[in-house]
Formats: sequence, C-alpha cells, structure tokens
Amino acid sequence: MIWFSALVLIPLMAVVVTAIDGGWDVFWSTVTNGQTAAAIKLTVFTALGVTVVNVFMGTLIAWVLVRDRFWGKSVLEVMIDIPFALPTIVAGLVLLSLYGNDSPVGIDIANQRPAVFLAFLFVTLPFVVRMVQPVLEELDRDVEEAAASLGASRFTTFRRIVLPSLAPAITAGAALSFARGVSEYGSLVLLSGNLPFKTEVTSVRILSSIENDNVPAAAAVATVLLVISLAVIVLLNVIQRRVAARG
Amino acid sequence: MSIEVKGLNKKFGDFVALDDVNVTIPTGQLTALLGPSGGGKSTLLRIIAGLEKADTGSVTIEGNEATHLPAQKRNVGFVFQHYAVFKHMTVAKNVAFGLEIRKRPKDEIEHRVQELLKLVHLSQFSHRLPSQLSGGQRQRMALARALAVEPSVLLLDEPFGALDAKVRKELRDWLRRLHDDVHVTTVFVTHDQEEALEVADEIVVINEGRVEQVGTPDQLYDEPANDFVMSFLGEVTHLGGVSLRPHDIELETSPMLAGAVEGTVSRLVRIGFEVRLHVLTVDGDEVSVVVTRAHARSLQLQEGSTVWLTPAAGATVVPRMATAV
Amino acid sequence: MADTLVHADAAPAPVEERRRPPRVRKTPTTYVLRLVAAAYLFFLVAWPVSLVVTNTFDDGFSSIQALFEDPDMVVALQLSAYVAVWSVVINTLFGVGISLLLVRKEFPGKRVLNALLDIPLSVSPIVVGLALVLVYGGRNGWFGPFLLDLGFQVIFSTPGIIMATTFVALPLMIREIVPVLEEIGIEQEQAAESLGANGLQRFWRITLPSIKWGIVYGVVLTLARSLGEFGAVKVVSGNVLGQTRTATLAVEEKYLNFDQQGAYATAFLLAMVSVACIVVVAIIRPKNHA
Repeated sequence: MIWFSALVLIPLMAVVVTAIDGGWDVFWSTVTNGQTAAAIKLTVFTALGVTVVNVFMGTLIAWVLVRDRFWGKSVLEVMIDIPFALPTIVAGLVLLSLYGNDSPVGIDIANQRPAVFLAFLFVTLPFVVRMVQPVLEELDRDVEEAAASLGASRFTTFRRIVLPSLAPAITAGAALSFARGVSEYGSLVLLSGNLPFKTEVTSVRILSSIENDNVPAAAAVATVLLVISLAVIVLLNVIQRRVAARG
Repeated sequence: MSIEVKGLNKKFGDFVALDDVNVTIPTGQLTALLGPSGGGKSTLLRIIAGLEKADTGSVTIEGNEATHLPAQKRNVGFVFQHYAVFKHMTVAKNVAFGLEIRKRPKDEIEHRVQELLKLVHLSQFSHRLPSQLSGGQRQRMALARALAVEPSVLLLDEPFGALDAKVRKELRDWLRRLHDDVHVTTVFVTHDQEEALEVADEIVVINEGRVEQVGTPDQLYDEPANDFVMSFLGEVTHLGGVSLRPHDIELETSPMLAGAVEGTVSRLVRIGFEVRLHVLTVDGDEVSVVVTRAHARSLQLQEGSTVWLTPAAGATVVPRMATAV
Repeated sequence: MADTLVHADAAPAPVEERRRPPRVRKTPTTYVLRLVAAAYLFFLVAWPVSLVVTNTFDDGFSSIQALFEDPDMVVALQLSAYVAVWSVVINTLFGVGISLLLVRKEFPGKRVLNALLDIPLSVSPIVVGLALVLVYGGRNGWFGPFLLDLGFQVIFSTPGIIMATTFVALPLMIREIVPVLEEIGIEQEQAAESLGANGLQRFWRITLPSIKWGIVYGVVLTLARSLGEFGAVKVVSGNVLGQTRTATLAVEEKYLNFDQQGAYATAFLLAMVSVACIVVVAIIRPKNHA
C-alpha cells in the first residue's frame, strides 16, 4: 500500500494540487488558452472518431477471429497484439515508413491531422478486439440457432441476439480505446510534427509546458487528462458490476 | 468422546448459520450431519476443522481444547465437495503432501503413499495429474490424502455431492467398508437422507442452524422427534391430526375399523410394484397412500372409489405441526 | 464391490469436455468480413512493420552493426535492459502481493484500490512523468530535496526512469494474476492447511505453483511494456547522452538528427524484442488453458 501510494497516488495528487494551486481562474484560463484548447479539442475529437472506427472494426475483427477459420488466422491474432507490445516511438516510426514522406505507396500524411488519427488507430487497435473476443467465444451458439429456428435472419440474429450480449464488452473496449487515444504521446512524436493549432495533441502540449518550466500550466492540462482517465475507469467499473449482476 | 461442540453460534452478516449448537460425536463411529442445504451443517463441519471461526462456543477434539487452534494444528483430515486437489501435483505427490509438511523420512512417505493408493484403488495412477482422473477417482485421492496424516478425525463435506448417481452409490458403499477397516472417527455432511441412513452409525439432523435430533438411523426413522425430522427422512402425509408415512396407512373399501376416515380416490398412479393414491377425505384432507400392486388389484381400486383410511398398527406417527401444509 | 471399482478405473480417464468445434457456415459475407479484417490489419500493422524490417536491412547488417559499435548506443540499450529488469522484478513482487490482497482479503477501500490500479493504463505517460517530477524532482519536488540531501537523486537519473517504467507497467502483472487467483479459489489452500501446512508452506507449495503461468505472462508483458516506455521516461530522464538516454529515446534522437538508418535499426531491435514477447505469450497461452 505504501509502495502504491508513493509510486502512484502521491505523484498524481501532486499534479492536481499543483494545478489548482493558483486558484480556479488560473486553472481555467490555462486550460482555455487558445493553443491548449485547440490541442485538447483535437485530442478528444480524434480519440472519439478513432473509438467509433474501433467499435466497428474491432467487433468485426473479433468476429472473424472467433467465428471464421482460415489459414493464417494465428498470424492475424499476433498482429492484434503488436500495437500493444511495440514501443510507442517505434509505432510512430513504423507508420511513418508507410505513410510518411518516403512512402512506397505515395501517401504522405506526416505532419497532418490524419497522421494523428492514424497513430491513434494503431495504438488503440487491440482494445475492442481483446475485450469482445472472449465474450464472443463464451456466447452460447444454441441461442443463435434458436433465434434462427424462430425465423430470424442472420442479420436480425446478430442485431437482436449477439450484439446485446457483446454491448458491455464493446463499451468497455471503446472506453479503454478512448482513454488510450486521449493520452497518447510516443507514436505522435515523429509522425505528427506537433504543429501548434494543427497537429499538437494534449500530451505534447503538457510536455512543452514542462520543457518551458511552466509546471503549473502542465499540471493544469494534465489534470484534465487525469479526470478523463478517472471517468473511464469509473465507467469500466460500472460496466463490470452490471455484467456481474447479470450473472 | 472424540469431538465435543458446545454452545456454538455463528452468523454471516444477518444470517444465523448456527444457533447454540451442542453436539457430541463418539470415537470411531461414522457420523452423518444431515439437513437441507443452507441449514448450517457445512458451517459446523468447517468450524470443527478450523476453516471457519465460531462467534461463540467451544470445540474439543480428542479431549484437546481446539477452539482457537488454527486448522493446520488440529490434525484433522478434511475432504471437500469439489475435491480441492492440488492440480499441479501428481496423485502420489498430492497424497504425500501432508507427510512432507511433517518432514517424515522419504522412504516412509513413499511406503505410506503406496499403501494408501492401494487402499483407494489408485495405485496404477500414482504418476498421473489429477486432471487425468474422473471425479470419483479424484475424490478417492483426496480421501487418501486426508488419511495420510493419520488424522484423529476425518471430516467430509458433501464428499459425493459433485458426482453422478452411480458413482455416488459406489463410493458410498466403499466409504462404509473403508471405515470398517480404518476405524477413524468420521463425520460427513450430506443433504441426502438415503446416503445418511445407509452409511452412518449415527445421524445428527440439522435445520436452520439448530440440531433437531441425534440418533441411529433406526431411531430417527422410527422415533422422529418432530415433523421436520420425519419429513426429511422420507415421504410424509397427514391423516387426521397426525403425520405418518404413506405406506403406513391401512386402506379398506368398507368401514371395518373404528375411527377410519372416509375418502374418495382422486388420483391413482402405478409405479413399478407399488400404487400411489391420492385420497380426498371427507375432512377435506388430501392424503397420499401407497399400497402394493396386488393389494390395489384385490380391492379393485380405481379413481372415484370410496375408501376408508386408518393408521396401520405399529406405524410411526407424530403430531402434526401447525405450519405443515 | 472392489471388482466394479477396479473395472471403473480401467475405463479411459475422462478428459475435460472439449469445446465443440465451431460450425462455420461459409457464405459470401464470411469472405467479405474475412477480407476486410485482413486488409485492415495488413495496412495498419503488417505492412508498416515489415517496412521497418526492410528499411533496417537496406544495406545488409551494417546498420545493426553500427549500432553496437556506437558506445553511447550500447549504453542506451544496456540502460533500457537494466531498467526493464528492475521494473519486472518490482512489479512481480508487488504485483503478487497486491493481487493476493485484492483477492483474498476484505478491507475498506478495496474497490477504490482496485479501480485505481487501472490508472497507469489509461493515463498519459507524460502525465506520469510530470507527476513523478512534481514529487521527486530534485529542486522543488515534494520529497525530492529531502532525498537529494540523503544523496539520492531520483529525477534525471536511473531511479526516476525505473519508477516511471514501473508505474506504467504496474497493472499488467496484477491483471494477469488476479483472475487466476480468483479461479483457483481457496479450497486447495484450505486443504493444505488441514494437512498441516503453515502460511509460508501454503504459499510456496500451493499458491505459487498455481499462479505460475499468470506470473510468466505478467513478466513477459511487463518486460515488453518496460522496454518500450517512452513518454514518461522522456520527462523524468533528462535524456543525457550516454547516461540517462534509453533505447526508445535514442530512436527519436536519431530520427530527428536525420540518422534514419540508426533509428530504424534501433526500432527494429526494440520491435524484435516486443514481437518475441507476444509470440512467447501466444505460444504458452494455450498450454495454460489445457
């Protein structure tokens, strides 16, 4: 407990304390400062967009991995985990090699907003897939067959029977993916160019404040991120309890 | 006296699991704790083993005060419903565990393990992992493991509850034989009255945290202390103001005996050698009666027949509980 | 009776009931979905990753070789490995401890602790770095000056890097062990207790072997995460060449200095380790479920 406090709790408290040290007005003006606000807006909206894509693609990939059988499936399995295991800075470099200025396919989005989107997409790939997969595996096929025997089409079965059971897992995966997107830093360093008002995300904004020795400003923005992650954790807990209650 | 339990109380939150329980369990006997699920019998067993702590009361094992002794020092053998096998150890290692903890010499352990595996008919599986055994085999292994440390008492918590009916019956007979060979004081928990009646020397009936009756199977069956014990040990029906067993009712087609109750057969089902009847009496009771097939045929019984019912001579009869349905 | 028992024994030992093989109905939709999933992963993951490999080996092994001939780079790699090992050791010890606490003990605030343990997964590494600097910073952190007086510099030095890395990798071990502990339950331990084993014996002989695989996964995941941590380390390390520059920081540095070959080579090395880690996990995972 002491160890956990020293390593995690006290430092995080320090962030919040430093942030509100100057009072609410200072905190507010820091957070709403043009460049910062732009960074927060970019981060949150991109993370939201990425989450939407993940909900769709993540569920689809999980479905394919669980229900389909084909040669090379295990390779896809491993690919899902790569973004999680790969150092984020390497992830940035990896994306840069295909979508950067010497892209072999001629797509150069480096230093542009789509780069932020792409980086988020990469690092958040595993979350929805890995949350949905085990639930889908546990799902009782008999229920689907029962629905089919009652005259439901495959699509109706999916929408009315499968999707509701997956919903908590999808939501949890989406929450994690959003949180991860919002807090992403490493993969953007090389990819996005960190142009103020254009491709600068919140984490980068905090770092530049730290480097300029403007610690209170850094702490203020960090607090915003902290609140977002706490909200996600609370949401996850609520989902978990709901699922547990459902048995 | 091998195990003495005095004034035991145990609550889980608001739920009273044990309510002032006093029981004495005799040495060398096979005793069953019998009762419905959630009645507190497992809790009592776990408190005896030291796996649970009582709120108040005392436990004495073999004359030693054990109330505050941790489980590891009580020298009891405990067998769990779901076997609690050590999954990462072979069968032999599982059985040897308690002896290794006691730092016995290697060759002694090996010898004893072989002996025990033979006793439970698992010698040829000694190098298998528990996952390669069937449920019944796992439970026999767990039993050997508990016996290995030569416990002063052997406690079994619904030992056959997770097994299917056939294996259950086999193991039940086998436990009885084993006990006749080993003679260790044994207490086992069950909610199956047939199991208790068949195997145990003595039965303690527990319901809602209280001891309802203690006695031999015959005593319990023939002289039940109350309606609950009677109904738990077998089928019960109500005739007039008393509870009795359906096969202890004399049935005639004419009023031959004084005090006979008149009624109409409302349902008649033949099951194997017996015939089960529902009789609607003129008092408004619905009484179950069991007669033999031959008897029913000789009386030419059918639905709608008028019959007269009396408790048979020598029937076990207890006054009916107010709440009985 | 004994005869029937022996007979029953002779029957083949029942194996755990197997999962029914999935019934696959191949319809056009199946192929479309398969294609979409594969294409998505190919463009997002497979192709870019393979490009790093080809870029690294553009001119044979020379770039990798150059890496090992650069003393600063060797120091960076060593530092990364050193930090990762410490992080794994610390997280393993405390991870096992906290997991046992969470699963086996009831205490007030348990739910809160449980939730807070997830923070490192969802909070930005930059925030982690900032938080540590605020508390342990040498000049004006909460505890920093005090520790500095004791001759213990945390921030801009190796302990700080270890702390940051340990922080971000903290939940991985716990999240692997807790489900295993929950699944095995306490009956085995109680059985051991009734057989006379004391607390320490129960832990060594029963609990630890049961959670062995959970710990192995935890170690692998923690290792991969620790080697790869970038943001938090960047804030706390000071990035001093040859002293507190880790391999991940070197990737950025090299790339920004137009040493693309060096950057790709370093990235390749790091990617190799992390891919090796997940392959190891992928291989041992089925065993655990058998």
